[in-house]
Amino acid sequence: MKVMGSRASRGILRNTTFVLFVLVFVVFGMLARNFLTLGNLQVILSNSSYIGIITVGMTFVLLVGGIDLSVGSIMYLSAVATSLVVNDLELSPWLGVVACLGVGLAFGALNAFAVTRLGIVPFIATLVTMIAGRGLGLLVTQSVQLDFPDSITLLATVRLGGVQLNILIYALVVAAAALFLAYTSWGRRLYAVGNDPEAARKAGLKVPRLIGSTYVLSGVCAALGGFVSIAQIGRVPAGFGRNNEFDAIAAAVLGGVSLFGGVGTVFPGALLGTVMIRVIQAGLVARNIDIYIQPIIMGAIIFFAVLLDALRNLQLKKLGRRNIMKMET
Amino acid sequence: MHASMEGRGPSMEAPEGAAFQFLGVTKSFFGVPVLREVSLSLRPGSVLGLVGENGAGKSTLMNVMGGVLRPDGGRMLLGGTPYQPQEPGDARAAGIGFIHQELNLFTNLSVAENMFIESFPTLRRTPAIDKRRMAERTREHLAQIGLDISPGALVETLSPGERQLVEIAKVLAMQPRIFIFDEPTTSLTAKETGLLFEVIRRLRTRRASIIYISHILGHVAELADEVAVLRNGELVATGPTAEYPVPRMISCMVGRDLKSIFPPKASAPQEEVLLRVEKLSQPGIVRDVDLTVHKGEIVGLFGLMGSGRTELARMIFGVDRYERGTVRVGNGLLPRGDPRAAIERGMAFVTENRREEGLLMNVSIADNIGLVALPEFARAVTGHLRRRRLQEATAQKAQELHIKATSYEAQPAKSLSGGNQQKVVLAKWLLAAPRILLVDEPTRGIDVGAKYDVYTIIGELARRGSGVLYISSELEELLAVADRILVMNRGELVGQFERSEFAEERVMRAAFRQGDEVRP
Repeated sequence: MKVMGSRASRGILRNTTFVLFVLVFVVFGMLARNFLTLGNLQVILSNSSYIGIITVGMTFVLLVGGIDLSVGSIMYLSAVATSLVVNDLELSPWLGVVACLGVGLAFGALNAFAVTRLGIVPFIATLVTMIAGRGLGLLVTQSVQLDFPDSITLLATVRLGGVQLNILIYALVVAAAALFLAYTSWGRRLYAVGNDPEAARKAGLKVPRLIGSTYVLSGVCAALGGFVSIAQIGRVPAGFGRNNEFDAIAAAVLGGVSLFGGVGTVFPGALLGTVMIRVIQAGLVARNIDIYIQPIIMGAIIFFAVLLDALRNLQLKKLGRRNIMKMET
Repeated sequence: MHASMEGRGPSMEAPEGAAFQFLGVTKSFFGVPVLREVSLSLRPGSVLGLVGENGAGKSTLMNVMGGVLRPDGGRMLLGGTPYQPQEPGDARAAGIGFIHQELNLFTNLSVAENMFIESFPTLRRTPAIDKRRMAERTREHLAQIGLDISPGALVETLSPGERQLVEIAKVLAMQPRIFIFDEPTTSLTAKETGLLFEVIRRLRTRRASIIYISHILGHVAELADEVAVLRNGELVATGPTAEYPVPRMISCMVGRDLKSIFPPKASAPQEEVLLRVEKLSQPGIVRDVDLTVHKGEIVGLFGLMGSGRTELARMIFGVDRYERGTVRVGNGLLPRGDPRAAIERGMAFVTENRREEGLLMNVSIADNIGLVALPEFARAVTGHLRRRRLQEATAQKAQELHIKATSYEAQPAKSLSGGNQQKVVLAKWLLAAPRILLVDEPTRGIDVGAKYDVYTIIGELARRGSGVLYISSELEELLAVADRILVMNRGELVGQFERSEFAEERVMRAAFRQGDEVRP
């Protein structure tokens, strides 16, 4: 009986994300009637896509025990680059996409360099990129809002097989990331580095390169997420992407990605986390919750998720201890 | 001299003669020589037992060979050709497999993934890992060492012994020609140790060369064809094992003839009961444990690994909770789960895990020693420290325990060898002069000389009237040191022996619960 009990609680603890997910849906389903309709869900998923793509990149960084605070600024910078290409140089929107992703790649590489070659703590390295990156973007735009032509915004209306393009892109990113994490050497080694960087070094893994790759990926994901968002809303204000880094981190953590590194998945983890965040945000709006109360509730939920992360680690450690009397000698 | 690493794959056969040679290898740390002109050769198809005290240079020599450290002078020859590894990967590529004392496993990955982390098998023309092939090959490698676990099992679900065997299987999978085993048996059960020895013998028949490092000299005598003894960075003896029975190994290691391995017994128990544990129970861990420790008494707590000894000590000290039962110090009841209360009543606990629980690694030796006794060196009202007195007291303790260091004040604890670290942990508690001392495996992984010192210290403490609960899995040492031995099995006390009744076989039988099959 006892063994059964501990196995059950272990099962629940290993699957906190699912439990949370169901809980969030039930609670918000009850709080706001007509909230859980199919149409509404598609809107939620559509609105999740850009944060979701950024969260995928963030998940990789968190897996190796890092953090990337610069994704919001990278979104803005790559949007500015896109605008330069599309609006000022009047080149094709495809070149805009290339410029957008190129800027994401470049700033991701900058983070990677600072973290792995200069040995700067990820929090500080990406904080610097976040602050200076935003500054650079504003220097170029002079804080003026950027508007994008139809050639870009029409992309948001494209549907393939009845599915919106942004949802499709998100699905592709999630699928590719999940496959890479589960089935390639690179993916499995990222988990190894997150679990024990020193042991990884001793095993002959190229730890700096592995860690660096996650920042580059995160930069590219931020740029792509930014582009998806631009296509949806068609304009980029000076605050574009601000605070999105925290949404992404929160979504990943809600999805069971550990801030301690080495634990978590893109699918289903980060995906569920992202949808959860969006459901909560949409639910709060649907219930007409005071706009100043909303962040407090969000904060509480994120705190709860991080608390669960910590408790889960603690509890799994305890459950992992052997039961001496039941042991075979 | 112009070494190149190319073309030296694991398949390369060593030419006639030595598989590996050290020629006058020297190495210093901060101007202190740790290897002095070491020349040693390793024959193919033989096991070389490398022994020496902690800090004698064994690890350094192996790290030089494994590419972790670079020598200051001297040369190495691998199969007759110069060998200059720049990093661990070079050694691996050259066919040298290093089984480290600490495990290098990723607990969040499966056994199979850990085995192949350096080069995953992939499906043809894709970057995708071939999981089926990986599992198959893992199963083969595990079968080789007789380990029956699923390749898909996460390492975090394995026992310490299983993890160690996985680590060994991992190195075997790389098919090296030369193996370095650094204390491979510390977390293995007797049965697992037997399995490992079989594997090593099989490797030898396949003409592999093996360097086997261990403090368990009995194992070295059993396994090795040749013995090499290091002392203070110098190779002081080498020859066939037949010429080096254990006592001779020991005298070479310490450079003096120890009268015996154990000091004469200096203490005797008195009437007064210092520690009384009654009906201590925690589901799944311990059941109805009763025990007493008298003034001046050393009570040995024996049991196989995993019998619940450490857990019991942790509960008594208040680090872990227990559901039922009482712990009394003198006449006072000790509150549950409150180590501070235990310390205030004069209890001290030297844990098994000195690296993680017992020491502040980056702090100086003196500060580590002073840590527990700190309040006693504080001025009455203002509370600030009498530094000079503390310094004198810590230095005195360090000297008493023969802690080898250039400066107690400046040198951090992590710079010490394992044996000396353990002495620092003991010194810390001794300075506080505890009434009751709980020690858990105080001599694990330390050398004979350091062990002798530890026994002496604990005996001296008992002579001055402290009560000691001494946990150990080395029966020999308990038979020598203890006044009484309690035997634990699966969370219960199953036997008690007074010193007059001490007999190795009887205690051992109790530990296995008479009638159970006695393992080798």
